[in-house]
Amino acid sequence: MSAGGDHIVSPKIYVTIWLILLAFTGITVAAAYQNFGIFNPIIALTIACTKATLVILFFMHVKYSPKMIALVIGCGLFFLSILMVLTCADYLSRAWIM
Amino acid sequence: MSDSQTTTLQAHHHHDPSLLVQFDTAYQQKDASQFGMWVFLITEIMFFGGLFGAYLIYRNLYNPAFVAASTSIAIKWGAINTAVLICSSLTMAMGVHSAALGARKLLVFWLGATLLLGSVFLGIKGIEYYDKYTEHHIPGANFDFNYDRAEKGEKLVPADVATQTSIFFALYFAMTGMHALHMIIGAGILVFLIWRAYHGAYPPHHYTMVENFGLYWHFVDIIWIFLFPLLYLVSRSPVH
Repeated sequence: MSAGGDHIVSPKIYVTIWLILLAFTGITVAAAYQNFGIFNPIIALTIACTKATLVILFFMHVKYSPKMIALVIGCGLFFLSILMVLTCADYLSRAWIM
Repeated sequence: MSDSQTTTLQAHHHHDPSLLVQFDTAYQQKDASQFGMWVFLITEIMFFGGLFGAYLIYRNLYNPAFVAASTSIAIKWGAINTAVLICSSLTMAMGVHSAALGARKLLVFWLGATLLLGSVFLGIKGIEYYDKYTEHHIPGANFDFNYDRAEKGEKLVPADVATQTSIFFALYFAMTGMHALHMIIGAGILVFLIWRAYHGAYPPHHYTMVENFGLYWHFVDIIWIFLFPLLYLVSRSPVH
């Protein structure tokens, strides 16, 4: 781990991220009222992931933290993806052998 | 956390009384503390991941019921609460910022603002839960999805779909309830932090507890960022 110390992030960055997050919230509500077919949940989740990434990088300081923290988060998301993908591999394929 | 254990564990050669004996520098101690906090948050991701996984499967199996049930919950309160939580993340980030600068009164102010916004969120959640109660949308003996839909001018759904909507609402209450429980715990810790901050417990370079609580608070915000589109925005367009 780095011995970096306290990285002071400017409040301007916080306010900018805050405004972007609020804007994305408005966009995701507006998009839900449009019929994009199969793309509706994809758009909603893409916006949610973007918002979460902004919160993690800036509000949670991961952009300015030791690489070890990013590794921990990567491991967590990797295991979450195993949970989701293998569960779906089971449930979504059950109908195929009926 | 470290500041409460200083008297018992400090090593004789350390000048800084808050530096525990197993660490070489204050930065190393802080890095280790944040690392531990992140590992805890990863266990939280896996915990909520189970609920999201259950949601994913049932949304695939009973899609029409999920569309009907999701459309019946109030998008207005969900959107307002999303904005409230995003604002509370800003006030929390400003709190950590104030702590880093050693601005005691500002730290107390921002933590207080975070507590206030968290309480607003829980109040709105209470309104939503009460609405679900009056609409008979809480899974159980009195569950009836079509209960008052006719008098409210909403389309009745077929009986089998109406029964299946209880799966959506079970997940809705499990996920938002577990999220709200995290908010309540967070609010309790905030009261403690405000009390400690007011008495000057978090000087510059010794505010790891404020910072780690900030990580927890932002994490709870992230969970809601996913709950909002998944529960409130399944399908709002008039054509399905």
